[in-house]
Amino acid sequence: MPTFYGKEINSRLMLGTAQYPSPAILADAFRRSGAGIATVSVRREAGSDKAGQAFWDLIKELDVALLPNTAGCHSVREAVTTAHMARELFDTPWIKLEVIGHADTLQPDVFGLVEAARILSEDGFQVFPYCTEDLVLCDKLQNAGCQVLMPWGAPIGTGLGLNNVYGLRSLRAHFPDLPLVVDAGLGVPSQAAQAIELGYDAVLLNTAVAKAGDPVAMAEGFAKAVEAGALAYQADAMEPRDMAAPSTPVLGKAFLE
Amino acid sequence: MKIMVNGEKHEVEATSLAAILVELGHGGAKVATAVNEDFVPATLRETTEIKDGDRVEIVAPRQGG
Repeated sequence: MPTFYGKEINSRLMLGTAQYPSPAILADAFRRSGAGIATVSVRREAGSDKAGQAFWDLIKELDVALLPNTAGCHSVREAVTTAHMARELFDTPWIKLEVIGHADTLQPDVFGLVEAARILSEDGFQVFPYCTEDLVLCDKLQNAGCQVLMPWGAPIGTGLGLNNVYGLRSLRAHFPDLPLVVDAGLGVPSQAAQAIELGYDAVLLNTAVAKAGDPVAMAEGFAKAVEAGALAYQADAMEPRDMAAPSTPVLGKAFLE
Repeated sequence: MKIMVNGEKHEVEATSLAAILVELGHGGAKVATAVNEDFVPATLRETTEIKDGDRVEIVAPRQGG
């Protein structure tokens, strides 16, 4: 099972907490999935509604590790300030660091990401950077203090799956011992299985479960997919080949011409 | 004095960040704060004086992905 910054998690599934039809369905989805980590955020609070307190009460009941994010931040300063506010609110050094560089694709600003990761790591944060699968970027993130990397599968919320399997495989080979998580872009469980089959330690998703017709069933589907993927990776899958090869022995076949 | 709170204009009587939080209805609430885009930890709210025109951010735990 994956270990992030010294903390072992008993699931390869990390789930977001946004966009569910109701708090009850959110809680049921977490229970059925067995997810060990929930991503959460900080947002402006109006004086009257106390929505923050209600959400806080809900996530405490989930009994999972919390990974606050800096979602929606487009600058280093904004991300760093948001991370500090999140650390105080959720009482954890973990931060899913997002520094968004492009409004339409939600692609990370990789230059700002490295700078923010260094600032936060030096300040005692344990950074989970939402990044691309670029090897050079990932080297720089590791040098900046990141002990886990979270490359995207596809742009956030698209459900396209793993757009660059080659790049993700290269990253796994380049960092054999670093925890790697595919974060964002997954739409169906088979894509999660594919990520784990590549040797990734976990997947992080939100929309695919929250926006499914039956989020609770989809959460269980993803849970089973990551288990299947992990078994396949441990079992050392066969190499694909171009030519057919009979699986039934030819020796001993009856001559019936 | 006039300040900005979460992007909206507010007229407040109090001058410390802690007192402003109470005045705006956040007394005892689980919130984090920033002033002029810099984080202000809860331990420093009493001694953080807010000036006319300052920008205060008040955030709470919320759903995220």
